[in-house]
Amino acid sequence: MSNKRNGKQTVKMQTPPSIVSSACIVGPKEGEGPLRLYFDEIIEDEMWGEKSWEKAESKLMRETFAKVLKKGGRLPEQINYVIAGDLLNQCIAANFGLRESEVPFLGVFGACSTMAESMSIGAMLIDGGFADDVVCITSSHFCSAEKQFRFPLELGTQRPPTSQWTVTGSGGVLLSNQGTGPYITYVTTGKIVDMGIKDANNMGGAMAPAAVDTILTHFKDTGLSPDFYDLIVTGDLGLVGKDICEEILESEGYDIHERYNDCGLMIYDRKKQDVHAGGSGCACSAAVLAGFILNEVRNGNLNNVLFVATGALLSPTSTQQGESIPSIAHAVSIQRTLSREG
Amino acid sequence: MQNGLLTYINAFLVGGIICSIGQVLIDKTKLTPARILVLFVTSGAILTALGIYQKIVDIGGAGATIPLTGFGYNLAKGAFQDVDKNGILGAFTGGIKAAAAGITAAIFFGYIASVVFTPKAKR
Repeated sequence: MSNKRNGKQTVKMQTPPSIVSSACIVGPKEGEGPLRLYFDEIIEDEMWGEKSWEKAESKLMRETFAKVLKKGGRLPEQINYVIAGDLLNQCIAANFGLRESEVPFLGVFGACSTMAESMSIGAMLIDGGFADDVVCITSSHFCSAEKQFRFPLELGTQRPPTSQWTVTGSGGVLLSNQGTGPYITYVTTGKIVDMGIKDANNMGGAMAPAAVDTILTHFKDTGLSPDFYDLIVTGDLGLVGKDICEEILESEGYDIHERYNDCGLMIYDRKKQDVHAGGSGCACSAAVLAGFILNEVRNGNLNNVLFVATGALLSPTSTQQGESIPSIAHAVSIQRTLSREG
Repeated sequence: MQNGLLTYINAFLVGGIICSIGQVLIDKTKLTPARILVLFVTSGAILTALGIYQKIVDIGGAGATIPLTGFGYNLAKGAFQDVDKNGILGAFTGGIKAAAAGITAAIFFGYIASVVFTPKAKR
């Protein structure tokens, strides 16, 4: 077994890559939420001057990519890989958004876990000596997601109270083998977990087992315990999923509730904003990470964070065929300094 | 005058009840909005065939004909009338004939709306 593997699903970085810069652009609803001061840019309306939601989403990714580079002091020529994905069929937001980037492109699909998936691959490429600088970026858009997974907005259909609100936005990071942190120290790659839940209006409940599986595996593989982390954050389990995740982990002997939060619950004010069960989408975890969490790590409010983005690997077709919802969660361990290594 | 007021109140109550049923279905079941609408149309047609919906229309007027159950009512009633006039073929032609104005209006005004207005996200 290679000397970088830790246990079943975890890789320990020999030379932890640094997260050199991060950036995110979000939509107006996110811009009215509790994290509004942490986002780089808030667009005025969901079309952003484009002719379709899909084009607007591509623009979000394109502009965020540019911001990530600018804040990291790099030119596109210096980037070895961009690893990107989104929710749209064939990941067109990424394909068209990064069409002119001139950077070697690896498209990935992890649904809402894309941010953690792309960071996992990026970190491994750098630690493996295959790259110096990698950009990991993802996007989602409420209108394009509704059109694809549920109904187009023009139909004016009503959304049930358990549904989640897809975050409109894009978030990205620049990883490099040159830098002074925050560092990516461990990557735990999730397996697909399906508990047979078919209710697309209870994605949180469907994804919680995947989050539990990955978090448990991470602790077992690394020998770390929950109190190593100041924050364990999942992508978009929402209210119901978060409770399930906490409960199951506790029954397995891991009490995380003091340090556990969920990006879907952080990005919106559920009482004031009509988002039903909370936020979701690739940009949910990406924007909260790129905007808020990394900011808190940089200024020392947080030292060690376990970022666990969760994804529901379904499609409109599988739902129509009566299939359940297979889910996945990827964990990325982020540390401000390398002194307190596990 | 009293009769006029009662008509409005009945329309309000009947229409409200039908829509409340829709709300309960959205909140308490896993039916998608599209399935609920289809359920409304087919229920309207079936209740008309059973002779029940006509009674609801007599009480509620527009409160019964405007919601989508009323469209099912229209289709079923049209089919019956055409069968009476033209025999069994009327089962195929009657429904669409009766609903022709409504369907065409929906397409026409829907088109105009999509050309004139730009979609915006809800807040």
